[in-house]
Amino acid sequence: MATFTLPKNSTVQPGQTYKAEAGATNVRSFKIYRWDPDTGENPRMDTYEIDLDKCGPMVLDALIKIKNEVDTTLTFRRSCREGICGSCSMNIDGLNTLACLKPIEDVQGEVRINPLPHMPVVKDLVPDLSQIYAQLRSIEPWLKADSPAPPDEERRQSKEERAKLDGLWECILCFCCSTACPSYWWNGDRYLGPAVLLQAYRWIADSRDERQGERLDQLQDPFRLYRCHTIMNCSRTCPKGLNPAQAIGEIKVLLAERES
Amino acid sequence: MSEHQTHFQSPLGRVRGHGSAKSGTHHWWMQRVTSLAMLPLMIWFAFSIASKAGAPWEVVAEWIGRPFNAVLLVAMIALGFYHTASGLQVVVEDYIRPERSVMLANLAIRSVCVLLGLLAALSVLRLAI
Repeated sequence: MATFTLPKNSTVQPGQTYKAEAGATNVRSFKIYRWDPDTGENPRMDTYEIDLDKCGPMVLDALIKIKNEVDTTLTFRRSCREGICGSCSMNIDGLNTLACLKPIEDVQGEVRINPLPHMPVVKDLVPDLSQIYAQLRSIEPWLKADSPAPPDEERRQSKEERAKLDGLWECILCFCCSTACPSYWWNGDRYLGPAVLLQAYRWIADSRDERQGERLDQLQDPFRLYRCHTIMNCSRTCPKGLNPAQAIGEIKVLLAERES
Repeated sequence: MSEHQTHFQSPLGRVRGHGSAKSGTHHWWMQRVTSLAMLPLMIWFAFSIASKAGAPWEVVAEWIGRPFNAVLLVAMIALGFYHTASGLQVVVEDYIRPERSVMLANLAIRSVCVLLGLLAALSVLRLAI
């Protein structure tokens, strides 16, 4: 059943404020969601005042500065800091994106940072992604072919066949899109969500794969696929500029054509 | 965590669940087809009925009774209630759990839509035949 309000123990409380050091001129406030499973307390929004003159340009730079210099307990995922690993996905200023690709100056006023929406929280900005990883695993995102590969050579693709994977292979699995999708919020237990469906289409569209039919069979389900109601939050939020809604549309067209 | 854990099923087991229903395509496609078919019918109906505003019963009944109008009206009623039922089914699937309640709600929706559709179609036919 869809729930529209937070349970009592998840209601977010006001937190503490960490003032900027004296003499700072270019100060910006970062309001960050904090929750520690070990304390038993409700989540809170802590405010950190940062001198932007002594900080890198991206939101991730500010987070790292806070962790290094202000509050070492702040917890978040990060790795490559250049938009390739997909670790630092979070909700910044109301939009899911990668902290490493989001310039601080793109945000007006205080910078509000929350974990990816509607996921269980492990701690602070770290969401529990085990279900979405299981969903990715369930679509078997690897090449499946019965014909043996040519000896001493890779499986060949024409330029045209390879071009069909453009806009799909670039996905870094940050899950900004799936966690921005209201349909995934309500029915994430059965709906696969835009990120996983884009991955599914990536293999359906691959000319080297020989199990397209099986893949479509697995997706043909009122919940796994058809919970997509073309809300388009996925395409709006994707930090890599991809279009998961279009990939889902392609799957729907393939299924409809198969039945005709 | 002192809470008693009641679910040890793995995420993958939960996600695979009872497998794919191997359906949904027809429902999705018919929703599009019926909405497309309803578009000209609704425009025709809105303009026709607006032009009969304030007309006496006999004039409206005679208009409904003409074969061309009666056929289009019955088509509109059938498509309209089919579309209503499939649209409400989506709402129910989106927001209602558990699955058993979804089944019951869908049965109720379809029953009401079929009954209302039959009632409306019979009303047209009585004037037409």
